[in-house]
Amino acid sequence: MKTLAELNEIREKAKANMTVREDNSDVTRVVVGMATCGIAAGARPVLNSFVEEVARRRLKNVTVTQTGCIGMCQYEPIVEVFEKGKEKVTYVKMTADKVARIVNEHLVNGNVVTEYTVGAFTK
Amino acid sequence: MRELSLNILDVAQNSIAAGASLIEIVVQENSEKCEMLIGIYDNGCGMSAEEAQNVTDPFFTTRTTRKVGMGIPLFKLAAEMTGGALRVESSKNAGTRITAEFKTDSVDFVPLGDICSTILMLITMNTDRDFLYTRKIDGREFTLDTRELKDILGDVPLNEPEVAQWIKGFIEEQTQIISGGVK
Repeated sequence: MKTLAELNEIREKAKANMTVREDNSDVTRVVVGMATCGIAAGARPVLNSFVEEVARRRLKNVTVTQTGCIGMCQYEPIVEVFEKGKEKVTYVKMTADKVARIVNEHLVNGNVVTEYTVGAFTK
Repeated sequence: MRELSLNILDVAQNSIAAGASLIEIVVQENSEKCEMLIGIYDNGCGMSAEEAQNVTDPFFTTRTTRKVGMGIPLFKLAAEMTGGALRVESSKNAGTRITAEFKTDSVDFVPLGDICSTILMLITMNTDRDFLYTRKIDGREFTLDTRELKDILGDVPLNEPEVAQWIKGFIEEQTQIISGGVK
């Protein structure tokens, strides 16, 4: 049974482990489109998977956030990845299954998963 | 939308856009009467009488990027298809109350779906807002109030993975208890 007392423990532990992000400008931003179009197309499990995968791998320099309609509703769920000094990468028709690979290959190893990008899709 | 919980996620975004500091979400079921009520209440900027009247029209939107807004119309449709209804109460600077009623025995009733996921996502993605979630099933109920959690957590954020895990566990556990399901 989850109790509020447990939260106290979590707080103490989290405080001890909290590391200050050294330099915010190096943070990679993963942005998931969460307007009506994105949600209807299945953005919720995609966003969830990103949050879980990033937490599981303890990627301190990655933030996962949401945004409104990106403007290409037919390609939703859409995920944009912003990395410092690099061009924005847009992944389209996302599913929760594709997330692990993007986290692994792109966010960790720095290799864009080209086949999931909007460029590969609209060809 | 394949789940009503996705409509809730979508409609609650309007409250966030309206600058609400507290968003209340109520999901209430009465299995004897085959009724479900979903309420999304906020203390955001509210709407004028004219806006509130037009909000269920898909071709009315405050956005300037394009001319359609499907969020509320889809939610309304989901309610009306079952023989239920959707109410919008709002006034300028006094927040907005969206209430949808469903007949759960209708063949067109869309299942609630993963409501835990919706609530967790709203909380962890909008840590600067507060959420009050109330789930009622046949007279039994529980609530989750992020203001209470923040009091305990101090400066540890609600999106800290371990905290999010706790919230998820809490909602799932409590839901199961009031559903009468014994693990």
